[in-house]
Amino acid sequence: MSARHLRRSVLFPAVASVAVLGLVACGSSEPPPEADGDVEEQSTEAEGECQEYVEAAAEAPEGGDDTFIFAGSADPATMNPYFASDGETFRVARQMFEGLVGVEPCSADPAPLLATDWETSEDGLSTTFTLQEGVQFHDGTPFNAQAVCDNFEWMNNQPAGPSQSPANSYYWDKLYKGYGDDSIYESCETDGDTGVTISLNQPFAGFVPSLSLPAFSMQSPTAIAQNGTVQDGGNPMTTEYATNGPVGTGPFQFESWNRGQEVTLSAFDGYWGEPAKTQNIVVPTISDLGARRDALLAGEIDGYDLAAPGDLPKLEEEGMQLVNRPPFNILYLAFNQSPSSGAPLDDLMVRQAIAHAIDKEAVANETLPPGSAIADQFMPASVAGYADDVTTYEFDPERAEELLAEAGAEDLTLDFNYPTDVSRPYMPDPVATMNVISTQLEDVGITVNPVGDAWDPDYLEKISNSSDHDIHLLGWTGDYNDTDNFLGVFFGGETKEWGFDNPEIFDALTEARGIPVPEEQIPLYEDLTREVMEFLPGVPIASPVPTLALGENVSGYIPSPVNDEVWSSVVVGE
Amino acid sequence: MLRYALRRIGLMIPTLVGLSVLLFVWVRLLPGGPERGLVPPGASPDDIDRISAVYGFDKPIHVQFLTYVKALASGDFGLSIRTNDPVFSSFFDRLPATIELTVCALVLATVIGIPLGYVAGRRQGSWLDSAVVSASLVGVVTPVFVLAIGLKYVFPLELGLFFTQGRESRGSQNEHPTGFYLLDGIITGNLDAFTDATMHLVLPSVALASIPLAIIVRITRAAVSEVIHEDYVRTAQAKGLAASVITRRHVLRNAMLPVITTVGLQLGLLLSGAVLTETVFSINGIGSYLFDAIGNRDYPVLQGYIVFIALMYALVNLAVDLSYGIIDPRVRVP
Repeated sequence: MSARHLRRSVLFPAVASVAVLGLVACGSSEPPPEADGDVEEQSTEAEGECQEYVEAAAEAPEGGDDTFIFAGSADPATMNPYFASDGETFRVARQMFEGLVGVEPCSADPAPLLATDWETSEDGLSTTFTLQEGVQFHDGTPFNAQAVCDNFEWMNNQPAGPSQSPANSYYWDKLYKGYGDDSIYESCETDGDTGVTISLNQPFAGFVPSLSLPAFSMQSPTAIAQNGTVQDGGNPMTTEYATNGPVGTGPFQFESWNRGQEVTLSAFDGYWGEPAKTQNIVVPTISDLGARRDALLAGEIDGYDLAAPGDLPKLEEEGMQLVNRPPFNILYLAFNQSPSSGAPLDDLMVRQAIAHAIDKEAVANETLPPGSAIADQFMPASVAGYADDVTTYEFDPERAEELLAEAGAEDLTLDFNYPTDVSRPYMPDPVATMNVISTQLEDVGITVNPVGDAWDPDYLEKISNSSDHDIHLLGWTGDYNDTDNFLGVFFGGETKEWGFDNPEIFDALTEARGIPVPEEQIPLYEDLTREVMEFLPGVPIASPVPTLALGENVSGYIPSPVNDEVWSSVVVGE
Repeated sequence: MLRYALRRIGLMIPTLVGLSVLLFVWVRLLPGGPERGLVPPGASPDDIDRISAVYGFDKPIHVQFLTYVKALASGDFGLSIRTNDPVFSSFFDRLPATIELTVCALVLATVIGIPLGYVAGRRQGSWLDSAVVSASLVGVVTPVFVLAIGLKYVFPLELGLFFTQGRESRGSQNEHPTGFYLLDGIITGNLDAFTDATMHLVLPSVALASIPLAIIVRITRAAVSEVIHEDYVRTAQAKGLAASVITRRHVLRNAMLPVITTVGLQLGLLLSGAVLTETVFSINGIGSYLFDAIGNRDYPVLQGYIVFIALMYALVNLAVDLSYGIIDPRVRVP
């Protein structure tokens, strides 16, 4: 389990809020607050800061340069978002495509977008959507109920081979559990041009919010039929559509993709919502973080994502704008309870001792960006299943020593695994974080052996496919507001990362996942959260704030906790 | 000479075939595989197994090898597992960026390095010689990325000159019929594009030129200081030949053999080794792509690119060997 840097997210804003989002302003240079212990307070503070960007949008100027240049850290994998699961692909896709469901600004909650409203049946098996009228795809194909059904049928009936590989169609594979008759998708029925009902053959509470994922964007059925389909065994990533002809309904349309160099988009004149304020978008690939920073400082680009904490003072000093996203991630220290690891981490007292030995505030203050929220459970406070009254483990070195003595583990020695060459939104500087936590553990008498590995594939391979680790750092950025997207990812079943078998937790998660009504489901998730923190499979550390760096003359950028950032409101210059 | 060249080219074939076999085995012996990086880190072992099955990584290595050879025989070098780029065309799409950068760096290194080395060699022991030797030592030991960062700080960030990344200004939409941006600017008659590409090339070229420049200076200095004490130079001086003629015909020509060997070797090295410069300056060349492929265990890219680079290296060496005969008739091949 773990990470996924920018990748995941959700699509744009609601129909109702497009007018607001369409504007946005940007650019707080206020120094963000330091991390402190009140999780909900932090979360509210971050959301409040975000709301200021939305409100300032109304005052965003007109005019300015006709091009917004935002550097990505890697080339997009494809122009067809259905076959992607990475943040750089989704960043570009969000500008061109829209889903039935969007995201409320500054939150991870679903909001109307191409569907103006929806209603789910009591059994949770079917959802009826009312569609936005007057929408057309960039190629002139009308967006209507039939287009929605064509999209779902296409997504569900991928040919065998690479099209059905989780390496490509990861999200459909994961959330709909397969293709054709094997999937939980049942049928799609139209009711005129603006009514459509999608039926599932088993309840999936995350169905509506998950539709905000760019992977489930609505794509032109005409364009897909013409040059986006392959036969059995064909590679969907090399079609003309996936490389050179994506067609959505978003505010920007595709112009060119110079592989490895840049993607260029232009404003779509026939956009149904608030038209884009900037005519052209360029997303160059600049893989080196230092090169992105230098390019921004030299005025060659207008913004980039995930500014390194160490660069923030320099960027601020040079007048750049630092925009914090409300955190929707979690950084944790995991315990491997597998007996084959050799460490006595299957002993609850040892786990509790480690939890008491860690001063999370010191970790956050010394190694995470300012404004990061301290965590007391395995999800940020904005997730629906967050429980207010979980068992907490205050920083108490004396208690930690007592617990170690009671457990007979005074001479405890642990391998501490960490990645050496990576920066993730939830883990901007893993080496520094490991060092601070190691020092704290050693202060209570634990001997720590730091074990560093290259992130991909070495570290991920070791953590997820072997038992050769004791404690390690990892984390996760959520896709949308669903507890299962956090707890289910971590504790949905027995894994080598955690090395424990707790059928009570596994079964409770499976049960909660199948409940279609949020009012009934959320209390179950809250109970589960309490249970998990009693069991203490690891120590949630914090939800670090991901920081965007923008040029001093950029306005109209609205940060999103789930990276649902569409640039139609951005203005450069003037 | 033609027969010699053809024979050398013929010998390359078994070399490249042998290299392909070794590479095939080597990349699969690396710990980890490419499957892991194709899905978000939360993917299950079952996901990974299914991906392996799609790409055939679950098959015995000899079966994989036969599949690979069969595809290769029909000219199919496969697709990058990570980016889905065809290996063959992606290499040649990226090659112009690397060649342009390498050639500019080497021209810079040669044009500055040979005269400096010559002067230092002629005036051994002088303050100029000491300065050149010391500077070249600094050039050799300074890592390219340190120099690159320094150059970026001084020029674009402090003085507003040149650019920190890329081969042209972003979003330029210039035409690129050949992929060599300088040449494209000239061919399309777009002077702005030519100037823009030149301005983008300055800092990466300087950064990449630093080490070869230092080496060329030292080799030229050593060769010149040896040649000027040869009998035939003294004889030429005694005959009253003009100093410029002695320099051109006797000193430089004889001192050039080791220098050309060095330039040839450097060209081969730079073509494959401009990884850091390409990364720091965001130049989409073969070095940076290959570097990513190693990290991602992208088997087809690793296999294809290394074979292509080996081929280029061999061809450059052949060209160097053939050039000996032009400079020194004594080593001319039949």
